[in-house]
Amino acid sequence: MTPFLLSIPSATIASSLHSFFFPVHVYLLVLGHDIHFRDKKIALLEAGPRKDYDHMPDSYSNRVSSISPGSATLLSSFGAWDHVCSLRLKPFRRMQVWDACSEAMIVFEKDDLDDMGYIVENDVIMSALTKQLDAVADRVEVFYGSRAVGYTWPLSSHRCDTSPWVQIELADGRRLQTKLLIGADGHNSLVRQKAEIKNIEHQYDQSAVVATLHLSEATDNNVAWQRFLPTGPIALLPLSDTASSLVWSTCHEHASELLAMDEESFVDSINSAFWSNVNHSDFIDTAGAMFRSAILLLTPAGTAVRQLPPSVAKADPESRAMFPLGMGHATEYVQHRVALIGDAAHRVHPLAGQGVNLGFGDIECLARHLSAAAFNGSDLGSLRHLLKFETERQRHNVSLIAAIDVLKRLYSTRLTPLVLLRTWGLQATNALPFVKVRLSL
Amino acid sequence: MHSERAALCFLFRYAMEQESGLTVKRLFCTSHSSVDSKEMKKFQHLAHKWWDEEGEYSALHSMNDIRVPFIRYDTLLNTSSNYDLGSPLSGVKILDVGCGGGLLSEPLGRLGASVTGIDPLEDNIRTAEQHKSFDPVLAKRIQYKFSSLEEIVEESMETFDVIVASEVVEHVADLEMFIKCCSQVLKPEGSLFITTISKTQLSYVLGIVVAEKIMGIVPEGTHEWEKFVPPEELEHLLELNGFSVKTVNGMLYNPLSGSWSWMESRSVNYALHAVKSGAQGQSSPTDALSEMGSEQRSATAGTAL
Repeated sequence: MTPFLLSIPSATIASSLHSFFFPVHVYLLVLGHDIHFRDKKIALLEAGPRKDYDHMPDSYSNRVSSISPGSATLLSSFGAWDHVCSLRLKPFRRMQVWDACSEAMIVFEKDDLDDMGYIVENDVIMSALTKQLDAVADRVEVFYGSRAVGYTWPLSSHRCDTSPWVQIELADGRRLQTKLLIGADGHNSLVRQKAEIKNIEHQYDQSAVVATLHLSEATDNNVAWQRFLPTGPIALLPLSDTASSLVWSTCHEHASELLAMDEESFVDSINSAFWSNVNHSDFIDTAGAMFRSAILLLTPAGTAVRQLPPSVAKADPESRAMFPLGMGHATEYVQHRVALIGDAAHRVHPLAGQGVNLGFGDIECLARHLSAAAFNGSDLGSLRHLLKFETERQRHNVSLIAAIDVLKRLYSTRLTPLVLLRTWGLQATNALPFVKVRLSL
Repeated sequence: MHSERAALCFLFRYAMEQESGLTVKRLFCTSHSSVDSKEMKKFQHLAHKWWDEEGEYSALHSMNDIRVPFIRYDTLLNTSSNYDLGSPLSGVKILDVGCGGGLLSEPLGRLGASVTGIDPLEDNIRTAEQHKSFDPVLAKRIQYKFSSLEEIVEESMETFDVIVASEVVEHVADLEMFIKCCSQVLKPEGSLFITTISKTQLSYVLGIVVAEKIMGIVPEGTHEWEKFVPPEELEHLLELNGFSVKTVNGMLYNPLSGSWSWMESRSVNYALHAVKSGAQGQSSPTDALSEMGSEQRSATAGTAL
């Protein structure tokens, strides 16, 4: 006999740890803490096991996220950020991005010594969320190690004889029904596929190589570094005074080589990727220098000074891994009783460190609209307010996703006119504080 | 006209039209055989459509965005200061007169209220029953009844905290009778919420010419301008029958965005909140509170009263 849950959750969230990291727990917590959701039941389908750490292991995980202050605010709104702080995180105050083909660079920093963001291991976020989920266990039920295999959608205009809810069939034979299904199941989202929502996607000719690195000497290590190489961007994100996390996007063959080589060659490759000037040309250097002098004339106070990245001494042997990169965007985020969030709705190149923050932004927005709907007694699965969420988020996400895609393409070339264009563009942007403020948001 | 009404009142009869344009005249204690079976078929076609958010009743669905907060806000001011934000209307007994397919009863039920929805058309009640039956929470909180208002007066004397008559009074033949019945089933100091269409040139143009004939926002034949009620007349009738009117707000429908908003002018649609006077017309402290609250809301909604 198939167990059938009698109580209908107000919302059910399908998630998957196996797909690209996305903390769907956040959404539940936001709702679980929301005063207008006091009497609502929420179910979470989690493909992975329960992750809960009291102390983090000594070694760092190779999967980290750059958490923006906005995302940190969301996490602290329901108490999870305190757990993150007590487990492990590294704030950074400055972000330096520069070009391998010229001297052009751009520096983001906050005037008032505020943190620009935080590098947090994904496991830390998961653990913090798991702890907070326990606090709302009366309203939020988590089904660990459960996988949805089929969805039955209701007709959009209610007919008398059929169930108006979404029916979910789990791999173990259990069945659930829900008023609203939130697909947070990664860029290969099953919810999206089963709902027949179109996804515009593109596989980049790049893979990301990640690793945990140890620096030659201890520093403040509060800068996030990124250099655009013609093969793809390489980023060094601080984890502690002596450790940093590597995210190196490069062509598939090179990525495989990097994974296969011995540790010494791997470390050498990283250092030379940050320091080498082989891609410079005299023409671009001269043109860049002239443009910089011109900017100096206009803004005598000058622009931010260049800092030099730390050199890497060794890499954690177990930490080297690679995964393919792509971009995608769902043409719709919502349907009757369905909403997509995070990577299920949009997948971006990691070069801007925005993937997880876009997802957190979705959550904040969806939770706000659902909370308002709940306070007005609305049916949570109604398209009326789901469409408001879609409009608001697509307006925000589409431009950002397009910009990240253009940046990725613009920096994947050695063509002189484009290199010159991006050199001047970056230099000019660096000199215009108000543009930078907008970019760093 | 008033004398005509008085005559009808004497016969203790009121007629109510459905949103579909069907007119059901019901005599007290008579059977419903006067219903035209052809019209019934036409209505059955529409009875399915109550819950289609994009269909014939989409304007009523979106009206929930302002009428539910209106009812919730003023009810809470009037009842208690301590309420559960998860189900703010918990413990409040509401009568939804002319509930149709239950479009307004359901959200009020979700907010915790125990709702009785009545409608003089059996098919509406059937649709409403069917729709709520899938939701175990609502199944407990809402009960529907195939009945007219006057039919329940006797059994429901001073029973309800709140009466909601949304988009109903413009279909009622004898408004004063209707208001008297409301007063009888309402507890002392209970609230009556009415939304309806005013009787102006503008409401004729927008409510009938544009909404029915040009844009088809509501089915043709839904409204008769003759029966539209100007807010002044409604206020006057309410005051005569022992109510004190707390709030009258103009409402505006934007057919392009399909959404409602509050506005200053009450020349087309408006929402009204009246409170049944307590024993011997004593003004209670909650009256003052409610007045304060409506002022606050109208300030935030940009509405001057």
